[in-house]
Amino acid sequence: MLSYTVRRLGYMIVNLTLISIVCFYIINLPPGSFIETYSTQLDAAGSPASQAQLDYLTARYGLDQPLYVQYWNWIVPLVTQGDFGYSFEWQQPVWTLLADRLWLTIIFSIVSMVFVYAVSIPVALYSATHQYSFGDYSVNLLGVIGLAVPNFLLALLLLVGSAKFFGVTPTGLYSPQYMNAPWSWDKFVDLLIHLPVPVVVVGLAGTAATIRILRSQLLDEFQKQYVITARAKGVPERRLLMKYPFRVALNPIISTAGHLLPEIVSGSTIVAIVLGLPTIGPLLLRSIIAQDTYVAASSLMMLGVLTVVGVVMSDILLTILDPRVRMNRTN
Amino acid sequence: MSTSVIQPTDSIESTTAPLLEIKNLRVVLPILEGDLVAADGVNIQIKPGKTLGLVGESGCGKTMTAQSILQIAPKIAKTSGQILLHYADRPPTDIVALGKNDPELLRIRGGECAMIFQEPMTSFSPVHTIGNQLIEAILLHRTSDKKEAREIAIAMLDKVGIPAPAETLKKYPHHLSGGMRQRAMIAMALSSRPRLLIADEPTTALDVTVQAQVLRLMRDLQRDLGMAILYISHDLGVIARMADEVAVMYMGSIVEHAPVRELFRSVKHPYTKGLMGSAPRIGKKSGEPLATIMGNVPIPINKPTACGFFPRCPVGIAGICDQVVPPLVEVAPGHKSACFRYPQVLAAAGLESGTTNE
Amino acid sequence: MTSITIDSESSAPQGGRVLSRSQIFWSKFYRHKLAVVSLGFILFLYAIVLIAEFVAPYDPFQRHTDHLLAPPTAITFFDADGDFHLRPFVHALKNELNRETFQREYMVDTSVRYKISLFVEGEPYNLFGFIPMDTHFFGVEGDGKIFLAGTDTLGRDLFSRMLFGARTSLFVGLFGLAIGFGLGLFFGGISGYFGGAVDNFVQRLTEFLQSLPTLPLWMALAALVPPHWTPIQVYFGISTILAVVGWTTLARVVRGKLLSLREEDYVMAAKVSGVSEAKIITNHLLPGFMSYLIVHLTLAVPQMILGEVALSFLGLGLRPPAVSLGTLLIDSQNIQTLVFSPWLLVPGGLIIIIVIAFSFLGDGLRDAADPYRS
Ligand SMILES: Nc1ncnc2c1ncn2[C@@H]1O[C@H](COP(=O)(O)OP(=O)(O)O)[C@@H](O)[C@H]1O
Ligand SMILES: [Mg+2]
Repeated sequence: MLSYTVRRLGYMIVNLTLISIVCFYIINLPPGSFIETYSTQLDAAGSPASQAQLDYLTARYGLDQPLYVQYWNWIVPLVTQGDFGYSFEWQQPVWTLLADRLWLTIIFSIVSMVFVYAVSIPVALYSATHQYSFGDYSVNLLGVIGLAVPNFLLALLLLVGSAKFFGVTPTGLYSPQYMNAPWSWDKFVDLLIHLPVPVVVVGLAGTAATIRILRSQLLDEFQKQYVITARAKGVPERRLLMKYPFRVALNPIISTAGHLLPEIVSGSTIVAIVLGLPTIGPLLLRSIIAQDTYVAASSLMMLGVLTVVGVVMSDILLTILDPRVRMNRTN
Repeated sequence: MSTSVIQPTDSIESTTAPLLEIKNLRVVLPILEGDLVAADGVNIQIKPGKTLGLVGESGCGKTMTAQSILQIAPKIAKTSGQILLHYADRPPTDIVALGKNDPELLRIRGGECAMIFQEPMTSFSPVHTIGNQLIEAILLHRTSDKKEAREIAIAMLDKVGIPAPAETLKKYPHHLSGGMRQRAMIAMALSSRPRLLIADEPTTALDVTVQAQVLRLMRDLQRDLGMAILYISHDLGVIARMADEVAVMYMGSIVEHAPVRELFRSVKHPYTKGLMGSAPRIGKKSGEPLATIMGNVPIPINKPTACGFFPRCPVGIAGICDQVVPPLVEVAPGHKSACFRYPQVLAAAGLESGTTNE
Repeated sequence: MTSITIDSESSAPQGGRVLSRSQIFWSKFYRHKLAVVSLGFILFLYAIVLIAEFVAPYDPFQRHTDHLLAPPTAITFFDADGDFHLRPFVHALKNELNRETFQREYMVDTSVRYKISLFVEGEPYNLFGFIPMDTHFFGVEGDGKIFLAGTDTLGRDLFSRMLFGARTSLFVGLFGLAIGFGLGLFFGGISGYFGGAVDNFVQRLTEFLQSLPTLPLWMALAALVPPHWTPIQVYFGISTILAVVGWTTLARVVRGKLLSLREEDYVMAAKVSGVSEAKIITNHLLPGFMSYLIVHLTLAVPQMILGEVALSFLGLGLRPPAVSLGTLLIDSQNIQTLVFSPWLLVPGGLIIIIVIAFSFLGDGLRDAADPYRS
């Protein structure tokens, strides 16, 4: 168990390193130095950068050195001092831009996951136990639709609908008065009030997918010999269902967390852009368009880190819960 | 044979009241190609404390018949006929007629009749301990006291020869070997002191030495606990060791039925003969090739009204066997057969006996 | 549990007729009515978009400057007096400024009627790029205009643009799929074939890629597409990006299937009975594999389409003037405009229908290919 956890954490570190390399290369792939981009930007804005400033930046990022040295110079302060670089567009250290958004992204993703499971588990149970019933067909149909509607389109529909019928567009995660206020209980409550709409929008596809997976898992489990054994010994149907197939089918669900989390983070990126949520997504888009490279790389990297860490956590949880997996993995 | 000595005259319809009576059981699976008749008018009786062996090639409907007794056949299966479970003090229950949530059915399942299965690897839930699953059965049928249930569980595991029973309770199925798992399965089935144990090829998936141990264990347990056994196998050798009476099944029908000695002394159906020829037996000269039954096991979809064995039968009578379904009737004292080579069968089907060259 | 799907080669037993693998496949597939309808719809759609120039009443770039953000045109059979006309017709639209809201509003002028005709003459075009024609499938006579889905902010006919957009998106989907399919087959194939260290490496790589959120990765990669590329270059660039991120699932599928097929009893049986390697592959491995692949490919197409739509919507994918279902939605980013012109979301409706059709088709194929489901 312990050795598995250690090994899994080892993989995680390898993956995090890979992510950082990917992000770093994305910074460096576009032709031309970003210092040039930066100075042309400043020129265009009418306040040309001083040569000293440009020299400082060149030295800071060691742009005259080979790529692996540059990578090293970039990753070391990042890991040791949390120095993610500097935003040319915002004229701020990247971390100050990112910190709040990172927390909101984490909170938002967790709440969305909870929503997905809270809805999909009971619905899938119902659907699987009432196979081919009207309810089951409706669930399937809704599931297909849920998977087919791009979530940003759903967000747009919601915005238009609420503008039409209520005269307001429910964007953002806070009311205006809390936008830049320090954290307080009231601000937290305000956040909770604003969460449901985006959570539902982001969670819809994941919910539909999870219902599908869990339903077919359950139907598969129903056929298994151990269920027949339990039935043959006189266990009442309802108890049988909860104790055996559901329990066994729950494991894949926990392991789907590994797919669900990246999906939620991915989906929330675009929904956040449409709904104007102060999470990492809109920052990423804006920095990509503005070629604010350090912000872009750091945002992408934080999203990657978030999912990789989440997946590892769900894997370790699965190992704790499933004796079979535990056996396979520990020896 | 440790249980009883069978008199040559011992008739199937002896005076002992049967424990379980299957009357005209028909199990139909509607599938894409048509109706698959897994059991086609099966009539058998199981007597208290005795073992009935049900034998036939794989796919002939043994499992469907057995599963019908507990109503655990696949959901799509349509079952008709009667399965009567007799009691000493009250009228019999027809299991086929019970609703799927009938408390009577839940009491019979695992209580009156318990079942063990072919696959010891998958018969236990992989995510619950042996103890959890064993004690569950005991709590359902024996006692509601958890502590007592645990003691019974330990005693049962001990009885089936599992070393360190108390520790085994805490283990998961994958910690046990196939043989040990099947022993635990038997312990679970017998923990409720059932009157009938249905054993569906319980040793088929085990290797030969383990198989012998498990067979011996079951015989010993039958002697101690006195339950009846419906023993299902495709292997006549195993049946010979276990059964008091044998029913031979082919394409969903019983084609021969006799006490075990009588059957092996004089086989009265070409299919059974074929089965015997294809079974490796001690005493057979080495080097002598195993005879096989010609052709494949047919799949009983849209069955024709004829003897199902006709296309593979070496002694089939064209014009009769491929036209009429042979009924199962007594052709010798206590010995039933469904083969038109016996005048009694022809007579029962309303045909003249002169047409055969018997 | 015994499966009753038996290879067509095994001798037919007496009594029942056993269907062959492909007979079972098709008879199961035809029972899935939604899948059959979806297959018809998808084929129809691909056919329509190939001749979009002919089906569309207008050129996708033609600006009807009097009809900026015009609502969808109503087609009626009854005129202002309530009289029935066998030929459907449309009314004229008048453009007025509402003095209270200062919004432009369209008034239907019921006094003017324009009949709808088939095969009308209109803008000249080249069908399939080389057949010069000027006949359009439908249109209205005279000065009338017909905008089945309204017009956009520049007064371009959305219905015509949707046909052309669907063409781009449907083929970006196929093209991305082809690249992803190649990558998936390659990596899955070497992984399943060589096993060992290669397998381990590919496994780690796919795991890594799958643990990353797709869209942000797409966004970052899309930023690498140089701004001076031509629309065609961008088109292939975006397809490649979609494929580079999306091949992992397919690789896993290929690998898993290869590994499990090698162990299948019937393959073993064929080997034991001395059937040649080539025959095993063509008769046993490929059929089992193809149905599986087709199912996954069908389910992967909508993912590609949705990827293109999302990227273009964000302004990172195809860029105007290229027309795709994604770029058509860029206009709807402005909520103010959208509230007054909700028809701008109609391309979104088409996207949803396309994706649903592909998923029904995929479901039907999967159920039909699954030997253990009757
Ligand atoms: N779930 C099922 N669906 C369809 N056909 C089945 C199913 N289970 C068994 N069968 C068919 O029913 C027949 C009888 O099977 P079974 O009772 O399992 O045979 P046996 O136990 O004698 O090997 C066989 O032809 C088998 O193919
Ligand atoms: Mg069986």
